[in-house]
Amino acid sequence: MKTNEKTIKEPLFHITRRTDIPRLRAWGIRLIAIFSALIVSALVIVTITNYNPVEVYVKMFEGSFGSQRKFFILLQNTAMLLCVSLAVTPAFKMKFWNLGAEGQVLVGGLASAACMFYAKDSMPSWLLILVMLVTSILSGIIWGVLPAIFKAIWRTNESLFTLMMNYVAMQLVSFFIMVWVPNGSSVMGVINQQSECGWLPTIFGQRYSINIIIVALLTVFMFIYLHFSKQGYEISVVGESENTARYVGINVKKVIIRTMIISGAICGLTGFLLVSGTNHTISRELAGGMGFTAIMVAWLAKFEPTMMILTSMFIVFLQKGAGEIATAFRLNESVSDIITGIIIFFIIGSEFFINYKINMRSKQKEAQV
Amino acid sequence: MAKPAIELKNITKRFGSKVVANKNVCLSVYKGEILSLLGENGSGKTTLMNIISGIYYPDEGKIFIDGEEVVIRSPKDAFKYKIGMIHQHFKLIDVFSAAQNIVLGLKEEERFDIKTVTAKVKQISEQYGFDIDPNKKIYEMSVSEKQTVEIIKVLYRGADILILDEPTAVLTPQETQKLFAILRRMKEAGKAIIIITHKLHEVLSLSDKVAVLRKGEYIGTVVTAETNEAQLTEMMVGKKISLNINRSLPKDPVDRLAVKNLCCVNAEGVKVLDDISFSARSGEILGIAGIAGSGQRELLEAIAGLQPVQSGDIIYNNPKTGSQDELRGKTPIQIRELGVRLSFVPEDRLGMGLVGNMDIIDNMMLRSYRKGKTMFLERKKPKDLAERIINDLEVVTPSAQTPVRKLSGGNVQKVLVGREIAASPTVLMAAYPVRGLDINSSYAIYNLLNQQKENGVAVIFVGEDLDVLIELCDRILVISSGKVSGIVDGRKADKGEIGLMMTKAGGGSKNEN
Repeated sequence: MKTNEKTIKEPLFHITRRTDIPRLRAWGIRLIAIFSALIVSALVIVTITNYNPVEVYVKMFEGSFGSQRKFFILLQNTAMLLCVSLAVTPAFKMKFWNLGAEGQVLVGGLASAACMFYAKDSMPSWLLILVMLVTSILSGIIWGVLPAIFKAIWRTNESLFTLMMNYVAMQLVSFFIMVWVPNGSSVMGVINQQSECGWLPTIFGQRYSINIIIVALLTVFMFIYLHFSKQGYEISVVGESENTARYVGINVKKVIIRTMIISGAICGLTGFLLVSGTNHTISRELAGGMGFTAIMVAWLAKFEPTMMILTSMFIVFLQKGAGEIATAFRLNESVSDIITGIIIFFIIGSEFFINYKINMRSKQKEAQV
Repeated sequence: MAKPAIELKNITKRFGSKVVANKNVCLSVYKGEILSLLGENGSGKTTLMNIISGIYYPDEGKIFIDGEEVVIRSPKDAFKYKIGMIHQHFKLIDVFSAAQNIVLGLKEEERFDIKTVTAKVKQISEQYGFDIDPNKKIYEMSVSEKQTVEIIKVLYRGADILILDEPTAVLTPQETQKLFAILRRMKEAGKAIIIITHKLHEVLSLSDKVAVLRKGEYIGTVVTAETNEAQLTEMMVGKKISLNINRSLPKDPVDRLAVKNLCCVNAEGVKVLDDISFSARSGEILGIAGIAGSGQRELLEAIAGLQPVQSGDIIYNNPKTGSQDELRGKTPIQIRELGVRLSFVPEDRLGMGLVGNMDIIDNMMLRSYRKGKTMFLERKKPKDLAERIINDLEVVTPSAQTPVRKLSGGNVQKVLVGREIAASPTVLMAAYPVRGLDINSSYAIYNLLNQQKENGVAVIFVGEDLDVLIELCDRILVISSGKVSGIVDGRKADKGEIGLMMTKAGGGSKNEN
């Protein structure tokens, strides 16, 4: 019918969403991503440092598994990161973007430190621990629930609110350290070093056993809570569609506030574990960015508590490995950060190829218009 | 003879292999002419206009501008041919001023010289009689002012062919008159104007020609001066088609749900329901007919406790206790606690009725998950129910553990309707339950509604296909712009009559009293 009409060119490639991908294939893509990351990192290592990348990778591995002590530190760090990840998970499942885990952990730790500092050894250690636990959880709740109340009632933006609360928490810690350490060094020493009052006891010969056990229990609790409790179900419904929630008569405001109480409480608990079980002191770096790393951990695990054990351990493994190669090869810390960055970039990038399919333009001539 | 400003020849557009949105549509508009594009919802009006404005590309057919064949591949091409579209949903940036929005996206230098822009906007305003302050921010504007900005935006870009997609849907009668005056002035200035609408009186008062679409098909074009409401209605709704739905006489109907003088205001402060009164009887299907957006959704949501009610009453006659309960101002939970067995199949299946990412079993629990005294979920019964619904309604799914978003539209609807019916309701409300469904799934849903009616349930059915409403319903409530135009007997109803009632200006009241 027509002759000289322009043809419409199909673009070189277009992206379509995959509706379904077999699990095996998804894991295959992830494995390929990790290998590609290792290869790209190797190139970076060779060009920047001239070291043998295999040696570097071996050292990296030793960072976590080189000795029993290192292994236990890996477990302890994993437990702490996992704990924060468990805390942010219910909020994120509800699509409440809690970026304030850092601050919530910090105020929890601050509350514990304050109890230890003021109580000294005036009460038995177990009682002090109990008081610390309760105050830490309460502080975490306050930090978590404030943005939730504002969001529920006045529809404020929770990301900004929770983020800003982090700075408030940091300044509070700075302030109290200044009050508690009059010499102006701004470094808080170990609290109750002599009496060890308020310190979590050592069991099974390991310092951090209690931390690890508590977090393990918490993981089981969160798994059950999200999958088998009515409240967990409500979180999923609210997160998926607020309209559906209203339709079935779920009180959305109540769910938002209740969930952030849980989220804040677990963050506060993490603060307590860090002060009472691990550090026995407080500093602005107590949470050390875990509040943000935890979001990545939770997201990589698709908010599945059991999967988070793996993802959190993997992230800590990368961090420890990076630290190890930095000291072993006298590399600048930045080089190891580059490697960690490349690996994480590839893993997160692989999710794109799992969710989307790239269709190249087909060879045959496009149909005339 | 002059060439038409724009002419479409045999435009056909398909979505997928089954849906034909436009079939052999032919249109032409000359300079200084207003063409109305008339058709029911889903008749393909917006698709056609999206083709002209470069958002869709037609599968077949040709487009001519001033007699020359053109290819419109993108909105940029449309702009090149001086085609301007004013969408139903405004595309403006709230925190920018009118002038800033008007030049947004333009490449010219003058974009940064707001004084020149303001002057030009003022000049356009004076030419056509717009009333606008170029420096006013969008968020401070009324709906009508925002529309003005949209119109000036396309005029500023030098558009000669203007397309307005249901411009009066958001306006008050006074604002509509103002808009029409402006459109007439534009027509005098030699612009070609296409206006999409389904309000007959507007068509008759404004346009020179009317083109009618029905279910994607092009019915014809008539000169406004030579036509009348009855002819246009018939062109729009078509002749009666028989569907052979088995309709039994209602068995001793009693008023189950009485709505009295119900008024609702939406978030923008517009009155969406205005003095609505009717009653739904047991053992009867009450149809609700009306142009989409006439208040159907708000009405059902008000009854279900999801929409704040300004005034009026919703009275439920409890068949068990005999008591009369006021549902107005109650939450869905409170309504259920009263013992009201109200089921609701909302229009937005995956956005409201179901959770797309959850499997069929978890979706079964949506309404009933609170049952049981423990804090844990009881999945046994929902699982049985899911399997029963899959069996009874022949839901095609790999398993009960499949997320519902992966099911086809018909199967999604079966899951939703199945769950709502399983609650053994006394009142069942369904909004557009067959929208997007194929014939067989549609009939499955009609039969389910019919069964419920025979079981003595008061069924409220909001539909868009008049043939179906007339065949299925015992009585049909017709609403127009949030008002009741009348209630007709489904057995005696005439399609043309309902069509007229649906398009009545601002809802009428002659059938009342």
